[in-house]
Amino acid sequence: MSRIHVTTTVNGDATEFLCDAEATLLDVLRDELGLTGTKEGCGTGDCGACSVTVDGRLVCSCLMLGAEAEGREITTIEGMAAGDTLHPLQQKFIEMAALQCGICTPGILVAAKSLLERNPDPSEEEVRYWLAGNLCRCTGYDKIIRAVMETAADMRRAS
Amino acid sequence: MRFEAPRSVEEAVTALAGQTGAHVLAGGTDLLVKLRAEMIEPELIVDIKRIAGMRDVVAEDGGWRIGAAVSGAEMGEHAGLCADWPGVVEAVGLIGSTQVQGRATLAGNLCNASPAADSVPAMVAAGAVVRVVGPKGTRDVAVIDIPKAPGKTTLAAGEFIASVFLPARGARSGDAYLRFIPRTEMDIAVVGCGIALSLDAAGRVAAARVSLGAVGPKVMLVDAAAEAIQGRVLDEAALADLAAVCSAAATPIDDKRGTVDFRRHVSGVLARRAAVIAEARAKGEQA
Repeated sequence: MSRIHVTTTVNGDATEFLCDAEATLLDVLRDELGLTGTKEGCGTGDCGACSVTVDGRLVCSCLMLGAEAEGREITTIEGMAAGDTLHPLQQKFIEMAALQCGICTPGILVAAKSLLERNPDPSEEEVRYWLAGNLCRCTGYDKIIRAVMETAADMRRAS
Repeated sequence: MRFEAPRSVEEAVTALAGQTGAHVLAGGTDLLVKLRAEMIEPELIVDIKRIAGMRDVVAEDGGWRIGAAVSGAEMGEHAGLCADWPGVVEAVGLIGSTQVQGRATLAGNLCNASPAADSVPAMVAAGAVVRVVGPKGTRDVAVIDIPKAPGKTTLAAGEFIASVFLPARGARSGDAYLRFIPRTEMDIAVVGCGIALSLDAAGRVAAARVSLGAVGPKVMLVDAAAEAIQGRVLDEAALADLAAVCSAAATPIDDKRGTVDFRRHVSGVLARRAAVIAEARAKGEQA
């Protein structure tokens, strides 16, 4: 079975890879491209640990085939910090201890960044609904929600 | 398994016609789950997203033609769709998480053929018609005629849905969809109810379409519910009659999400609430 050649953009870099037809984008990111920040949780689109953006749209990378990435622009958690400078959400998650084991954190950060790009001033309810597809089994969510709200407020003040 | 991403409907039809065990991929939010669970083991996946028009929402005859690969998120961001068919947009918006909304489609929700699909009762109430393409050409089919049984559709081998058409909303018209779930998000409908209605100049119901989901093996169009409110102002008596008819029409089963009695009761409750929302929208009182 011949593998599929895919040309795409990952975190702003032109990228090529070969994948089997069955491979998900998550498989490709982790196993072909070595971008292991994106996590596999459920593999069925329920937990959000594998969240990435495709052409700016938040998706579960476990629910997309690698072959579908042809010509698309993929952004993962590895594209979030600018060099050594953490994104304000990353910094705030550390300051407010909005994580414990950390498995859900990359997906939540990618999802929260996507929210704040669309809505810089979300209500708590909007944050909770937006992140409803990101499951965390450690923190109970309150610290996560508060960190996103605080970051949004900081970023509004800074802009 | 092979993967193809044809650029035209003709190429897609040819690819599907030449291959048993082929599956169509639009948003993939059901297909990839089935693939992983090995519920399906396709020889071929045909991704229709590269076909011209599949990702477009286009005005047509006063209504809207929605390409089969348009996502729920894209529908929710489309001002014209939100203004004309808010019930359909809200129904598709109830499916899954933000991430799922980024990919999930109306056509996929219909073809997955779950009795509890949220967008399907809303489409049935709206009188939506899908354009089916296949080896024998193109045909337009009412949404109500697509589901056959849980997980099964009436599409023939090699056919797929290219677009969903929502007709012109019409004057003094509005729609609504409500579902019951025991939590606030990320769940499957225990009961769903879609209503689209038009009012006459005096505020009486001129025409209505009432649908129920998750209370039978497939979505139901409840003609008796429409008849119960036809020609009437939606006062307490009319709403009570509507609720009674919907409860009687429901044919649910007992399962882990709800009992027969509960689902029958909720069918009526949701119908009366959805009717009130649709009426307010028809009067321009509510977006």
